[in-house]
Amino acid sequence: MTHQINWEFPQALEDEAIYILRETAAQFEKPVLLFSGGKDSITLVRLAQKAFYPGKVPFPLLHVDTGHNFPETIEFRDWLVNTLGLDLIVRNVQDSIDQGKVQEETGKYASRNALQTVTLLDAIEEGKFDACIGGARRDEEKARAKERIFSVRDEFGQWNAKMQRPELFDILNGKINIGENVRVFPISNWTELDVWNYIRREKLEIPSIYFAHEREIIERDGLYWPYSAYLNTTADEVPFRQKVRFRTVGDMTCTAAVLSEADKLEDIIAEIMEAKISERGARIDDKRSEAAMEKRKQAGYF
Amino acid sequence: MEVLRIATSGSVDDGKSTLIGRLLYDTNSIPQDKMEALHAASKRKGLDFTDLSLLTDGLVAEREQGITIDVAHIYFSTPTRKYIIADTPGHIEYTRNMVTGASNAQVSLILIDARKGIVEQTHRHFFIANLLRIPYLVVCVNKMDLVDYNEARFNQIVEDFQQLLASASYKAQEVKFIPISSLYGENVATRTGSITWYQGPTLLDYLEQIAFDQEDSRHPARFPIQSVIRPRTTEYHDFRGFAGKVASGHFNVGDEIISLPSGQKSRIKTIEQFEKQLPAAHARESVVITLEDEIDSSRGNMLVKTDNVPEQRKEITANICWMDQQKLVAGKTYLLQHGINRVKAKVQQVNFVIDVTSYQHIEGKNDMGLNDIGSITLKTAQPIFADIYAENPANGAFILIDEFNNTTVAVGTLI
Repeated sequence: MTHQINWEFPQALEDEAIYILRETAAQFEKPVLLFSGGKDSITLVRLAQKAFYPGKVPFPLLHVDTGHNFPETIEFRDWLVNTLGLDLIVRNVQDSIDQGKVQEETGKYASRNALQTVTLLDAIEEGKFDACIGGARRDEEKARAKERIFSVRDEFGQWNAKMQRPELFDILNGKINIGENVRVFPISNWTELDVWNYIRREKLEIPSIYFAHEREIIERDGLYWPYSAYLNTTADEVPFRQKVRFRTVGDMTCTAAVLSEADKLEDIIAEIMEAKISERGARIDDKRSEAAMEKRKQAGYF
Repeated sequence: MEVLRIATSGSVDDGKSTLIGRLLYDTNSIPQDKMEALHAASKRKGLDFTDLSLLTDGLVAEREQGITIDVAHIYFSTPTRKYIIADTPGHIEYTRNMVTGASNAQVSLILIDARKGIVEQTHRHFFIANLLRIPYLVVCVNKMDLVDYNEARFNQIVEDFQQLLASASYKAQEVKFIPISSLYGENVATRTGSITWYQGPTLLDYLEQIAFDQEDSRHPARFPIQSVIRPRTTEYHDFRGFAGKVASGHFNVGDEIISLPSGQKSRIKTIEQFEKQLPAAHARESVVITLEDEIDSSRGNMLVKTDNVPEQRKEITANICWMDQQKLVAGKTYLLQHGINRVKAKVQQVNFVIDVTSYQHIEGKNDMGLNDIGSITLKTAQPIFADIYAENPANGAFILIDEFNNTTVAVGTLI
């Protein structure tokens, strides 16, 4: 079968996501939207606007800032929040490090990805958030494919895959005990392509790093890593300039770039259709083991 | 672009995961890095072929045991359709997860091992597909390669299955039989030429031509209110809209409606979807409805059209599938969630438990255990406005929640 591009966004997915967001606002005391500045959480913000329009979005955004973000993402985050008049809460991984709760990884592959779980759980406890809305999609990764839409976590944020609540029809059960919280995934059933088609249909702004641009990179293990002060490089890893873009927005230490000339949405979509590598194939954090995501989710990752 | 939802089921080792892997593979839906990971993982397991089932068994415990424990949702697209597959477990102890996966499906796909024919789990899966009134059923007779692509063997299984169909309560299901070999890709998305006697469509061809049910005109209009939108801003000072997703049927601007349970009447002033105003809202669309009059309605209430008002019920009889380790006990109170509306409900009695292989009703029981399917009578604290599931599935189902541990313990369909 050839890759024929379908630009049409399946409308049923938006209706479903809006329904889920409204259920979240109605069933929980203090929901929060986990915002990373990436395309999935940008999509969530749009859906939240639509779900409660002409009222305002009835929950704040929470950004767990690792301190290793792309500056372009932070700039975009602040622009979006200001433009739409949203409430933003920022919690910093650096604070968790300073408090001695987590320890910075060392070595060539050091990343703060695993560390942010602790900061997130602290933020949830401190803010008494009982529902955390996230932009995870089941098509991303095989452990995510198993996730419910309302996914109950214990007070340590742990996911118990074997003990998930049955979830039937579109009936969502958000009843939890004190101390537990629910991770809510309104775009569970969307694929990467659906998100891009939605961004295109809705004409949403996205951080500039999604588009092809020239930047300093190094080559390591067959992947192109963005060069930054946060990356621990060896003497033979010499940065060079190259036209690239990013398919996901993670930390500068664990998000690889792809060589690309795509500088507008249509080109990005065409490129994804032709891509031989999955979206998370450029996420170095997933490559640590076959069960990397499942383990992180058990530990409280979103 | 339409979304078609499929639930797969079959007994253990019927090759379900392999079939899904094959569908993805043949529609170019597996990226190269995932494919390479599959090659490597298969090699590590000492296999001399690429085990496509490793693609869907995402949990460590599943890969360890080589079985599916929980529903995996898998996606693929063709140029015309987006498909969502709920890959559900075959093991009897995970039947509740099978029901979870099947509850949203328009197509039920049952696999049968050509060597083994119909087994106990086939009965169970067919029973559930029938109970949930899934409109399309595809019976894939798999592993045809292991019976030398024998036509007589296939025909025998079809004949055996016809007997199951004869005893079904829901007769409108469209049933299709396809001989396949997931391992070699025969009749999944393409033909490899091993089966010459079968003239019908491949599985993918069949899925591509399934007609979407236009429930709009067939089912009554039901709009459960999720929340009231009241911005109280300068611009929208008097705005009062009811947010929700149309459960079934459709509503037009100008329609006369009744709000339940108050019984107050009004007319639809506007139907809004973000910044747009729509002339009508159809089943499964999320919208905001404003009315001409100020009537008292809030979350959990339901707007319906005056020409078809659901019956008010305080006592209901339903088929249920019990999903919890702790048994259902007659006399105990649970929370009943019908759509978004939650009321207390007491189990009056267990009418019977069904033996899903013989369809026999076992009467005189006072409890139900994990994965049991049967009929119960419930009394609710407040009336609910539900339809009989057979007449309107979208307004005829509910779940039961245990008040003490908050877990979902049963799914029910009104009879």
